[in-house]
Amino acid sequence: MDRYVVQAEEIVTNVLSVSVSGEAGSFPVEAHFEAGRGITALFGASGAGKTTVLKMIAGTNRPHTGRIVAGGRVLFDRAAGVDLAPSKRQVGFVFQDGRLFPHLSVRRNLDYARWAGRRAAVRPFAEVVALLGLEHHLDRSPDTLSGGERQRVAIGRALLSDPAILILDEPLSSLDHARRGEIMPYLEAIREETSIPILYVSHEIDEIARLADTLVVMTGGKTIAAGPAPQVFGNPNVLPILGRERAGSLIEGIVTAIDAGFGLANVDAEGAALEIPADGLRVGQHVRLRIQANDVAVAATRPEDLSVRNIIRCQIDTISSDAGSPHCSIGLAIGSQRLQARITRKSLVELGLGVGGTVHALLKAVSVERHAMPLLPIPQVGDGTVGPRVR
Amino acid sequence: MSESDIAIVLLSAKVASVAIIAALAPAFAVAWVLARGAFPGKGVLQAVVTLPLVLPPVATGYTLLSLFGSNGPLGRFFETVFGLTFAFRWTGAALAAGVMAFPLLVRPIRLSIEAVDQGLEEAARTLGASRIMTFLTVTLPLVVPGVIAGAVLGFAKALGEFGATITFVSNIPGETQTLSLAIYSFMQSPTGDAAARRLIVISVAIAFAAILASEWIAMWFRRRKS
Repeated sequence: MDRYVVQAEEIVTNVLSVSVSGEAGSFPVEAHFEAGRGITALFGASGAGKTTVLKMIAGTNRPHTGRIVAGGRVLFDRAAGVDLAPSKRQVGFVFQDGRLFPHLSVRRNLDYARWAGRRAAVRPFAEVVALLGLEHHLDRSPDTLSGGERQRVAIGRALLSDPAILILDEPLSSLDHARRGEIMPYLEAIREETSIPILYVSHEIDEIARLADTLVVMTGGKTIAAGPAPQVFGNPNVLPILGRERAGSLIEGIVTAIDAGFGLANVDAEGAALEIPADGLRVGQHVRLRIQANDVAVAATRPEDLSVRNIIRCQIDTISSDAGSPHCSIGLAIGSQRLQARITRKSLVELGLGVGGTVHALLKAVSVERHAMPLLPIPQVGDGTVGPRVR
Repeated sequence: MSESDIAIVLLSAKVASVAIIAALAPAFAVAWVLARGAFPGKGVLQAVVTLPLVLPPVATGYTLLSLFGSNGPLGRFFETVFGLTFAFRWTGAALAAGVMAFPLLVRPIRLSIEAVDQGLEEAARTLGASRIMTFLTVTLPLVVPGVIAGAVLGFAKALGEFGATITFVSNIPGETQTLSLAIYSFMQSPTGDAAARRLIVISVAIAFAAILASEWIAMWFRRRKS
């Protein structure tokens, strides 16, 4: 454990740095992104090239050019002639289908990296077993495990291989909805209790909204945006890929006060005061709010006598609409973050709204979905298209 | 069972065991290449390996005789380099049995290698296992049932081999006269009927035991897996 703490302090900003181009079959794949501690989500539709990028990091697909650095170690550098074997990369890989060894018990699977891979026992076995709740399954055969249990064993097996980075390739995609909810808290626990950077691949926007610290978006074999998740969520170029209807906005802030009588919490998001349901929140806690664009209304002048608790004065910084669609999306700046609102084009015209104009965003407190986020002390800078991190 | 019966059974068992043990490693290598390799001429290799299965055994025996006989090129080579003679010796009977059983060994091993999910090997590599360690701890254990199935099938074939053996190393009591050759000899003799029948009963018992053993091994593997 200590070793990781030291590492995290030494490597101030980027724990994972990828800049490669190569191909999958004859399909060109190019990826450029940097990620810090916590969970980095790699998002894209199936066929966008996500798995190829993972294989390049794990060493099972060789890029034509570029460089990959993880946890301070150069895994691949074409110019310098570095290309570590997969067994030497210390990339803890959790595959979509688990890939547990069917002829070995859960225990033998978990400590495989130690007896067959000669990896150092940095993390105590019992600690990982407890973290993933596997105490009662150690002597079972993988065939008898449920889908969720199998993925937990796969995660534990990767964690016990002394990884410099943990890669999860759509680990929840083979599970039904209930099982997904069962695994997510374990992933959050790993983020909080270890300092191993996690690269999480998914095409589920809900998982990403909840888990991602950094978000990398891929489409057509290329990374098109990378940076802190809230900023990338607010990037109008990315919005069509994330799904204009479902993505919504991520707004992060700090709980400043709790009104126990009415069960509400005040959240400060870069100067904007928000009021949301308080259940479980504490003063000083960082929260991430996920706000659907359909739940945000705008008013040209400040309305009075409304049930709506949140009226935020902000500036319009983007307007995008699809030709022929009755709707349009407007981006509202809240500090360096961006709140998306989806209104009709007719309202846009009648209210005379334009980029640079000031409006009042209306947001019902009950429609806010929130996730408590652990404190990640390292500030990050994205790819230049987005501002500095708000934490 | 008379003393000579026991001698015949023991000789047959020795010939078949030596044949299978010696053939196992090359059969595994060929099965591996056929399952995992991609090279021109793979079809030809596949055909050559299958040949003893479809060729008349007498033809295989004759080919062995011309290659491994006292005057054959390979026969001379083994004689001078290793001091190993095949012609009219039990070693020749084992060679004939091994060659005839070879395709039956290769096929189940090949199928079980093809059935191994290569994703598991990839997973082992990311966990730090070298190629050799991955083979020993993941691939081999998953292939073992196929190896056992091949070995049992091959052993049964080797035990009953007749045509190639009698053509290559003749029918010499105590040296090359295995179970099937002995039954044949007794049937040729006017007073041999009882002895032939005895050996047939023994053959049935051995075959029965072999089938039961292979079933039991397969079951043991299934149970261990689940």
